[in-house]
Amino acid sequence: MESAVLKGRSLWDDARRRLLRNRAAVTSMVVLALLVVVAVVGPYLAPFPFDQINKNDVWMKPLTGGHLLGSDALGRDLLARLMIGLRVSLAVGVVATFVSLVIGVIWGAAAGYIGGRADEIMMRVVDILYSLPFIFFVILLMVTFGRNFILMFLAIGAVEWLTMARIVRGQTLSLKQREFIEAARAAGLSRRAIVARHIVPNLLGPVVVYVTLTIPGVILAESFLSFLGLGVQEPMTSLGSLISKGAQDMELAPWLLIFPSIVMVVTLMAFNFIGDGLRDAIDPKDR
Amino acid sequence: MLRFLLRRLLIAIPTMFIVVTLAFFMMRAAPGSPFVNERHLSPEVEANVMAKYGMDRPLVVQYANYVGGVLHGDLGPSLKYKDKTVLRIISEGFPNSLLIGGMAMGIAVILGVSLGVIGALRQNGPADYTAMGVAVLGVCIPTFVTAPMLVLLFASNLGVLPTGGWPTATQPFSSAWRYFVLPVVVLSLPQIAIISRLTRAGMIEVLRSNYVRTARAKGLPEHSIVLRHALRGAILPLVSYLGPATAGVITGSLVVERIFSLPGIGKAFVASALMRDYTVVMGVVILYAGLILFLNLVADVLYAALDPRVRLS
Repeated sequence: MESAVLKGRSLWDDARRRLLRNRAAVTSMVVLALLVVVAVVGPYLAPFPFDQINKNDVWMKPLTGGHLLGSDALGRDLLARLMIGLRVSLAVGVVATFVSLVIGVIWGAAAGYIGGRADEIMMRVVDILYSLPFIFFVILLMVTFGRNFILMFLAIGAVEWLTMARIVRGQTLSLKQREFIEAARAAGLSRRAIVARHIVPNLLGPVVVYVTLTIPGVILAESFLSFLGLGVQEPMTSLGSLISKGAQDMELAPWLLIFPSIVMVVTLMAFNFIGDGLRDAIDPKDR
Repeated sequence: MLRFLLRRLLIAIPTMFIVVTLAFFMMRAAPGSPFVNERHLSPEVEANVMAKYGMDRPLVVQYANYVGGVLHGDLGPSLKYKDKTVLRIISEGFPNSLLIGGMAMGIAVILGVSLGVIGALRQNGPADYTAMGVAVLGVCIPTFVTAPMLVLLFASNLGVLPTGGWPTATQPFSSAWRYFVLPVVVLSLPQIAIISRLTRAGMIEVLRSNYVRTARAKGLPEHSIVLRHALRGAILPLVSYLGPATAGVITGSLVVERIFSLPGIGKAFVASALMRDYTVVMGVVILYAGLILFLNLVADVLYAALDPRVRLS
C-alpha cells in the first residue's frame, strides 16, 4: 500500500514510468501507431483505389504488375484493400468500444454508488444479459436489419458493455468506502458531483486497461461476423471479410489469406500487449 | 444449497423467457420470408403455405402458440426442410458439435493446466516464456485465421489430413480420427491459451499462500504440494471460466463447422439464419442459451464444492 501522499499525480507518473520500461508494450505502441497512420493516410497514397476492378490484373502475385501485395479475382489491389479493411476494423473497434464504455461506466457507477435495491436490480439485469448467447443475437440482428454499419457498431458495443459495468461497479463499491469520498460528502457535494468529480476519475485505471482489451475483442467480433458473411458488404471490406475471401481462394492465391491474417494478428497482439502493459503499470500488485 | 439452486432456477426462467421472446420477434422482424426462394409461388399458394404454418394469424397469437409449444418441448417444424422437425435437425447436428467441442475442451484443459503449472513453477524462466508466448498467440490468432492456415499447410500442401468432411458412421476410429484433428486443434487453441493464463495466475497466487507454506513446513514432497494442495486452489478460477468457455467453443464451432464442412449445429444455425428458417434458428438459440445457463450453474456448484470458504446461499 502506498501512503496517501503518493496518490494523485505521482501515481500516474509512476504508471507511465513502469509502462515505458515494458518493452513489449512500447514496441506494440509504436507498431499500433504505424498501423493507425497506414489505415488513415495509406488509402490516399495507394496506387490503386481499393474498389477499382482491373480486368487485366486478375490473380496477380505479390510484387507483380505494380501490385505490391498482389491482387484478387477481380484484379483489385490487395494493399489498397488491406489498408481500407484495417481502417474499417479499427473504426469498428474504437466506436463500438466507446459505446460500451459510455453505457458501462454510467450503468456501473450508478449501480455501485446508489447501492441497495437499485444496485441489486441493475446487476441482476447485467447477470441475465450476460447469460444470453450474445453472438447469436448479434447474428440475428445482422440478419434482421441487414448489414448496416452503424447497427453493427451499436450491436457489438451493446454486447461489450456488460463486463465494463461489472468492473466499474466493483471499483465504485470499494471507492465509496474511502475517506476522500466521505470528505466530499461532508463538504456538502451533491451525489452527482461526487460521482462525476471523484468516483469516475478514480475509475480511470481499470477502465483504461479494459478498454485496450475490449478493442481487440470488438475487432474480433466484427471479423467473425464478416467471416460468416454477415459483416460489411462488398466492395467495402474489413480484415475479417478479407480473410474470409482469402480462405475461399487460398489454394489459388495464398497471399490473399496470408497478408490480411498477418495484419489482423499483429493488430490484435499490439492491443493485447498494450493492455497487459497498462494493467501491470497501473495496478502493479496484479503482476 | 437447495435454496441456492431454487434461486438460480428462478433467474434462469426469466432469462430463458427473454431469450425465446427476443429470438421470436427478431426473426419475425427480418425482411424476407422462408418461402421467398421457392419457385414463383402464386399469391394463393403462398397464402396457403403461410396458413399451413399458422403464419397468417396475428403475431401475438403466433408467439403464444410458439411459447406454448416450447413449454411442451415442441420446437415446431423446420420451414425449409419439409419433412424435418427442428428437434430432428438439432438431434442430427448437436451430437457432432458436442463430440468436437468436448474433445477440444478436454484437450484444452489438460494442456492448458499443464502449461500454466509449468509456467508458475518456473516463473520468468524459458519454459514460462515459451508457455506464455503460446498463450498470447492462442489469444491473438482467431479461429478463422488458424483454420484456413492449418488446412493450407496440413491438407493442401502436406496432404496428411483431410481438408474437411465427416467420417461415415461405419468408419472405424483408426481412420476416422483424421477428420477430427484439425477442427479440434483449431477449437482448442484459444481455450488452451486462456486456461493456461488463468492456471498460471492462480498457481502463482496459491504458491504464496499460508497453507502451501504449511505443507512445505510439514516436509511434504514437492510433487505432492503442487499436485495435491496447490493445484486444487489454483484451478478455482478455471471452474468459473466453464460457462464462458462453453460460449467460446460454441462461437468457435460456427466458424470451424463452416470451414471444415462438419455436419454440426453451428453450420445449421448460420445456414438457417440466412434462409430465414425461423423455427430452426429459434430452436438453436434456445438450446444454446439453456446449455450456457446450465453450465454456469454447474460451475457455481462445483466452485462451492471445491472451495469450502464459499457458502451458497
